Amino acid sequence: MQLVCPAGNLPSLKAAIDEGADVVYLGFKDQTNARNFAGLNFDDRRLAEGLDYVRGRGRQVYLALNTYPRPQGWKQWQQAVDRAAELEVDALIAADLGVLDYAARRYPQLKLHLSVQGSATSYEALRFYHEQFGITRAVLPRVLSMSQVEHLLAHSPVEIEVFGFGSLCIMVEGRCLLSSYAAGQSPNTHGCCSPAGEVRYEETARGLETRLGGVLVDRVGQGEKAGYPTICKGRYQAFDKTYYALEEPTSLNTLDLLPRLHAAGVAAIKIEGRQRSPAYVRQVTRVWRQAIDACLAAPEQFRPKAEWMQALGLVSEGQQTTLGAYHRTWQ
Amino acid sequence: MKITLGPVLYYWPAETLHRFYEEAATWPVDVVYLGETVCSKRRSFRFDDWMAVARRLADAGKEVVLSTLALLEAESELKTLRRICGNGEFLVEANDMAAVQLLSSAGQPFVAGPTANLYNPRALEVLARRGLKRWVPPVELDRETIAAVVAEQPEGLETELFAWGRMPLAFSARCYTARAYDLPKDDCQYRCLDHPDGFTLRTQEGEAFLAVNGIQTQSALTCNLLPEVEAARGIGVGLLRVSPQAHHTGRIVEAFRRALEGDGAADLEKLMPVGGCSGYWHGKAGMA
Repeated sequence: MQLVCPAGNLPSLKAAIDEGADVVYLGFKDQTNARNFAGLNFDDRRLAEGLDYVRGRGRQVYLALNTYPRPQGWKQWQQAVDRAAELEVDALIAADLGVLDYAARRYPQLKLHLSVQGSATSYEALRFYHEQFGITRAVLPRVLSMSQVEHLLAHSPVEIEVFGFGSLCIMVEGRCLLSSYAAGQSPNTHGCCSPAGEVRYEETARGLETRLGGVLVDRVGQGEKAGYPTICKGRYQAFDKTYYALEEPTSLNTLDLLPRLHAAGVAAIKIEGRQRSPAYVRQVTRVWRQAIDACLAAPEQFRPKAEWMQALGLVSEGQQTTLGAYHRTWQ
Repeated sequence: MKITLGPVLYYWPAETLHRFYEEAATWPVDVVYLGETVCSKRRSFRFDDWMAVARRLADAGKEVVLSTLALLEAESELKTLRRICGNGEFLVEANDMAAVQLLSSAGQPFVAGPTANLYNPRALEVLARRGLKRWVPPVELDRETIAAVVAEQPEGLETELFAWGRMPLAFSARCYTARAYDLPKDDCQYRCLDHPDGFTLRTQEGEAFLAVNGIQTQSALTCNLLPEVEAARGIGVGLLRVSPQAHHTGRIVEAFRRALEGDGAADLEKLMPVGGCSGYWHGKAGMA
C-alpha cells in the first residue's frame, strides 16, 4: 500500500520524500490542475529539481492534470500532457475525456490514473475509463462508505487509491459548481475552489464577515475563528435558524480504517493538501508512514497511536477530524 | 429548435407526478425526460411506473428519454441503472459514466446529461464514437464556450441547453434536507416530499443563495435563458431544456414555445421560486 503525498511546492516535496512518501503528486503552475492557487505548483526549473530529488531517492512522481479544458484552453492542456510525457512522470492523473484520449493515443507508454475529479463512484464507471483509455488506477471521490469501497474494489478493473487524510470535500469531486456560481471560477474549469481574488474578510459591527464573490459566506463573533470562505462550509439561514447547512469545517482522517482499507486491497492512500504548508506535509507524512508500516507489519494488531491522532489533530482544519463518508452504515 | 422537459429533480408524490405528466402530454414540448436523477430512496414511481408514463407520453407524440442517477454508490442503484439502460424501447440519458459504459457496451445510442462533464470537442468525440447522440453542456459553461464546442463537435450531434430552472450545482453522499431536520439520512422520513421546489438557503444578510434538494445542492435563483433563445439558436443549440418546477411549468413551456416563434417578450419573473439569473451564459458568476 503506497503513501501518496501532496507537493504544492519544492519544500513540501522534499518534506514528503524525507518523511517517507512513496509518491508525491504535483501540478504545473497553471489552470491544468485542480489546486491552481497563487504561489503554488511547479515551473520548469523547480520541477526539474524536484524530479531529481524524488528519483535520486527511488520514489515516484505523479502529475495532476485534472481539470477540464474548454476549447480556448485545449492547446495548453495538450502541451501539458506533452510535457508530462517528456518528463517521464510515473503517472498522469487526469479527469477529462479529451485529455485522457489524447494522452492514451499519443503516449501509450504513459501511465494514466483517473483523477478524483473524474467523479467515478462505481466499478461500471471505472470499466469505461479502463476500456477507453487503459487507466491503471482511479482515485475515489470522498463519498463512498467503507463497505461500498470494499464492494467496488471487489469488482474494479483497476487499482484504487483513496483519500486518507486532509480537507474534506463533501461534494462529489468534479461535480461541484458552487464556486463558479458565486465567483465565476470552479475546480473543473479553473482548477480552484473559492478563487483568492474573490475572497474578502471584513470587520463589521456585527462581526468578522467572510465573502466570496460578494456573497456572505459566514460571519463570526469575537473569539470565533473565521475560516477561508468555502461555500460548502458557510452558515446560512433556513427554517428560522442559522446553521452550517452543508458542512461544518472538519478534516478527514481514516487512520482507524487502515487495516480494513489494506485488507480490501486499496493500492494507495492519498493525503490531501497541496495548498497546505511544508510543515503540514512533513507532519502528516511522518505519521502516515509510521501508521502504514505498522499496519503492513501486523494488520491484526494495528491500533492508531494516541500521539499520531494528536499530531494529525493539530494540523487539521477546524481542529477536528472525522471518518467522513467511510463510516456510514447507510446508503 | 425543440423544447424539452427535463427530469423532475424533486421528490413529488406519485399522484403529483401522474397529474404533472398528464398535463405535460398536452404542452408544446417535443421531448420529455423521465426518471429519478437525484436520490434512489425516492420511490413514488418504480421502474414500471416510469415505463407506463413513458408509453403514454410516446402515444401523445412526445419523444421520451429515460434519465438516470447522477451519483451511484450502491449495487442496488447499479441494478436499477441496468434495468433502465436495457429498457429496449426508449433512449436513455446518462448522467454518469456508469450509464455511458452500460449503454455504449450494449451498442445503444444515448444522451449525455449536464453532469457528464463534457467541456470540449475531443471529449464529445470520445463519446460520439461510443453512441452519443445528444449532449447537455455543464450548466456552468458560457455562450462563447458552448459556441466554440458546437462549432467543432462531431457531425450530427445535438446540443441541448439547460434553459430554465434551479440549476443542479453539486451532489453529495450526505443529505442536506435530512440535515436541516436533524435526521440521519437512513431515517430521513422523506422530508423532501415537503419541498416540491427544494428549500431556499439564505445568507446571513437575507440573500437567496442556494436551494437544498436532498443530496443535491441547487441554485436558489432560476436560470432563465428565455431572452437568449435566438442567441442559442444562432450558435447551433438544437434543444432547450425546461427543468420542471412545482408550479407554472406549463406556462413556462408555452413562453418558450412563443419565443421560438418570435415572441420572446414574456416576463417570467413572478413564476420563479425566488428570482432569476443568467450569469453563466454571459460568462460571469452563475448567480449574476
